[in-house]
Amino acid sequence: MPSEATLKKTPLNDLHRALGAKMVEFAGYDMPVQFPMGVLKEHLHTREKAGLFDVSHMGQAVIVGPDHLTAARALETLAPGEFQKLGVSRQRLSVLLNDDGGIIDDLMVSRPDTDGRLNIVVNGACKEADYAYLNERLPDGVKLERFDNRGLLALQGPMASEVLSKHCPAAAELKFMSFAELQIGDIRAVVTRGGYTGEDGFEISTWAEDTEKLARLLLDDPNVEPIGLGARDSLRLEAGMCLYGHDLTPEISPVEGNLSFIIGKRRREEGGFAGADRILKELAEGPKRLRVGILPEGRAPAREGAEIQSVDGKVIGKVTSGGFGPTVGGPVAMGYVETAYAETGTPLQLIVRGKPLAAVVADMPFTPNRYYRG
Amino acid sequence: MSIKFTNDHEWVKADGDVYVIGISEHAAEQLGDVVFVELPEVGKTYSKGDEMAVVESVKAASDVYAPISGEIVEVNSAIVDEPAKVNEDPAGAAWFVKLKASNPSELDALMDEAAYKDFAANA
Repeated sequence: MPSEATLKKTPLNDLHRALGAKMVEFAGYDMPVQFPMGVLKEHLHTREKAGLFDVSHMGQAVIVGPDHLTAARALETLAPGEFQKLGVSRQRLSVLLNDDGGIIDDLMVSRPDTDGRLNIVVNGACKEADYAYLNERLPDGVKLERFDNRGLLALQGPMASEVLSKHCPAAAELKFMSFAELQIGDIRAVVTRGGYTGEDGFEISTWAEDTEKLARLLLDDPNVEPIGLGARDSLRLEAGMCLYGHDLTPEISPVEGNLSFIIGKRRREEGGFAGADRILKELAEGPKRLRVGILPEGRAPAREGAEIQSVDGKVIGKVTSGGFGPTVGGPVAMGYVETAYAETGTPLQLIVRGKPLAAVVADMPFTPNRYYRG
Repeated sequence: MSIKFTNDHEWVKADGDVYVIGISEHAAEQLGDVVFVELPEVGKTYSKGDEMAVVESVKAASDVYAPISGEIVEVNSAIVDEPAKVNEDPAGAAWFVKLKASNPSELDALMDEAAYKDFAANA
């Protein structure tokens, strides 16, 4: 683990410390895991009002081609999304694939204009490897430019729109999974409607030098509290979303990851992306294992790594994320099981501290999504 | 006897002829919001240092070890029903178990309050 001195800092590092955050190493960065309010209250506050998250450690970059079709085709060789038809100002979830059809990273892809640019946001822990992979694989004439001089904030929760629109009325009009270049007060920002909590909300990209000013402006609102990585994780788990490196890995395909919805119809017919042989076969025949939601009965949380067994004791998989869901008010988990056991309602048992714990395959999200549908 | 502490942040205090055991304020604070507690069954015996109970916060699970050897004679089911009590009053109402010691001299090896405070400050 890098020492504190070698850890990278986001533009909000001083602010986190001033707010009394407990700091930890995450993705090579010195990041707040919780603020004095604590993980449980931060989680509940985000579901009730609005939480502000520093996600500046994530990688922001742009794939630049001579025109949209060239850039989209280039990305389509490495990711199974339908990017040729991605509309201007629209955003999509996708994954970067290796040649075996495994997931190198999940990423958000958006199209800022009619020219040949596609913006991407990738995970902080994966960004250097992602950039190296893209640089190696993108064809001549299509290049990658890093946006290392930007900060990224997420404002999440049912009051996010009300809060942001006080400083930026146009934000309230944004549709889910779309974005716009907007002014928040006097700060230039790119605002995307979406996020990683299951709530309505925004992700706001700013110049690094403006990020703290924007964070302070939003935190001045009595309905906004700063939220750390601890609550970010419990919120995304309740929302049924994957954490890269845990729920998704280079061995797992998007079909196994229950992310088949990100593979466009044309892409299923034509293939032509890394690992397409495996992925198209899994789409046709069904994968051997599948990511499912799991509700443990009782109150003991099952953590990552817990063995999943059928009720008759056969080992059928592993928990990849698990913990206590503060909104659910009990334990929640996700993991991979052999496909025969993936149906909602299937009884399972989880091995927690050597003892079998009754559980059941459950629909995700564990808390209803409350995205703004416009 | 006064209160004594272990390196693993348990406390132990005499109550008549049994010993009350809990986790320290420092441990409760480090854990964060406690959401789950698993306590042993009455009648079970443990040796000093055995895993005896489990306490979990939103993110992490921690074992609670027997600070001295003996038999469990009572458990505090109130903290099983309301794990948040562990954060509210770890040194008082949120005790974990009462234990009949088989070798009370084991207590001599534990830290007193001043030594523990020093230990926790540097932990």
